[in-house]
Amino acid sequence: MSPRGGAVARIRTHRARDSHTRRPRLAGVVGRVGPSLVLVLVGLGVWQGYVTAAGLRPQVLPSPLRVVEQGWAFREEIWANTVPTLQVTAVGFVASLVLGWTLAVAVDFVPWLRRALTPLLVASQTLPIIAIAPLLIIWFGFGLLPKVVVIALVTFFPIAVGLIEGFAATDRDATNLLRSMGASRWRQFRYVRLPGALPRFFTALRIGITYAVTGAIFAEYVGATAGLGIFMNLQKNSFRTDLVLAAVVVTATLSVTLFALTYVVERLVIPWNGHG
Amino acid sequence: MGETKVVIDDLRKSFPGPLPVLDGVAFDVAPGEFVSVIGPSGCGKSTLFDVIAGLEPPDAGRVLVDGEDATGRVDPFAYMPQQDLLFPWRTVLDNTTLGLEVAGMRRRLARERARPLFEPFGLAGFEDARPRELSGGMRQRAALLRTVVQDRPVLLLDEPFGALDSLTRTDMQTWLDGMRTRFDWTVLLITHDIREAVYLSDRVVVLGPRPTRVRRNVVIELPRPRHHEMITSPRFSALEAELDAVLREPS
Ligand SMILES: Nc1ncnc2c1ncn2[C@@H]1O[C@H](COP(=O)(O)OP(=O)(O)OP(=O)(O)O)[C@@H](O)[C@H]1O
Ligand SMILES: [Mg+2]
Repeated sequence: MSPRGGAVARIRTHRARDSHTRRPRLAGVVGRVGPSLVLVLVGLGVWQGYVTAAGLRPQVLPSPLRVVEQGWAFREEIWANTVPTLQVTAVGFVASLVLGWTLAVAVDFVPWLRRALTPLLVASQTLPIIAIAPLLIIWFGFGLLPKVVVIALVTFFPIAVGLIEGFAATDRDATNLLRSMGASRWRQFRYVRLPGALPRFFTALRIGITYAVTGAIFAEYVGATAGLGIFMNLQKNSFRTDLVLAAVVVTATLSVTLFALTYVVERLVIPWNGHG
Repeated sequence: MGETKVVIDDLRKSFPGPLPVLDGVAFDVAPGEFVSVIGPSGCGKSTLFDVIAGLEPPDAGRVLVDGEDATGRVDPFAYMPQQDLLFPWRTVLDNTTLGLEVAGMRRRLARERARPLFEPFGLAGFEDARPRELSGGMRQRAALLRTVVQDRPVLLLDEPFGALDSLTRTDMQTWLDGMRTRFDWTVLLITHDIREAVYLSDRVVVLGPRPTRVRRNVVIELPRPRHHEMITSPRFSALEAELDAVLREPS
């Protein structure tokens, strides 16, 4: 059997197993999300009731129904601002992944780099982004770059650290086994350290991706020509609290969707790592 | 003494700490011989194997294979560590071919080499399974398959059955004895089970407590192939008693 044939067969058996478990898994998803959903609905109900009863002006606190209504009415404008935010998020996160992987692999192969880089990695997390972001705009202008830098700064750390720790957590006996087989350092990495680190990587990816969207919005808030951050800022200045909240809902939806997507990718990449 | 396959020549090894671990361990292994190494827990059996396998440099002493200095070389030995270390991201078949692939063999060739061994190793039908689908005994057989398929001159097995229940363990001993007869391996086996050592070996090397050296070589003159009824024979019991006495000798 060719290597590719083997891979195909493996994917196929994986699929076969999936179709067996689809029903219980769907029930599981409902079971997991259901309670949150009920809680959200109750919260929205209370909110709606309070706004109606107290007769609050929508500039102060719009009712959920009004947020939905106005959000829908302005859907084209919101969508037009969502696309650039998504773009920035994607580019920034990819940059962050490249940076995180490069650093982590380099650190794994070059021991002194670990000592040299660890304090710098930690230091990068103590940078007050609020103060740095405007400077980035001064340095890099209003284009894509400053926003990408902000996203990368807030998201690459969990990814790099997750990978570095994942590589380092490789069982000493596993390393010895590979060495006894005559494996070079590179092959030890490829056959054991890398696959062994992937579960941790996906955990880190989830942490990173939740920061990515908010990071993008923050970066836009500071300076951009379009995007959800800009949209929120403009609407806030014209007291359209309802539209600010509508954009917040879109943001949250984006984050949750990306978060859920990491599970899908994880299942495709490391089907052997059965969790939950 | 006849021809020798492996010479363990006065190996010494210390780690940072109060006592050395290996304090001049020396013995020989003949071609096709099955030698068990027993000794008190923590005396340095695994360390000895690490040094023989070329994973840890000795402070002094040499390892000879076929008369040539093989100290620090990994290629004459196929090493099976104390845990099975089957990797969850590989199928059972791909776990058993790991050593071959790592050595640069094409995956397809490696699979062709490993596949025929699945039947005699009692793993037929589990080629595409994941390690977690295997029972404890099957995991050990898969780990052993991964070891022998490398086709190295000497097998180093570190407590291969240590984690198994006694019934499975007995089955595995019978099976290993049969496989050894069939494939004519040269085997060094670590165990802390005296009965297992007697049952499987041509010779048992008894190590003393740390800092360890060889206390005695006990030749096991029992007919082959071995049967489990032998365990109750007077000769078997006498050998067990002798090994037990050597192990318990005060230092
Ligand atoms: N890398 C190391 N660094 C420091 N000490 C070590 C190292 N490896 C082993 N030792 C020490 O050497 C001694 C012997 O260890 P080893 O694992 O060889 O014993 P063992 O006879 O195999 O024990 P067991 O029967 O429990 O498997 C132990 O006291 C252990 O703590
Ligand atoms: Mg040991």
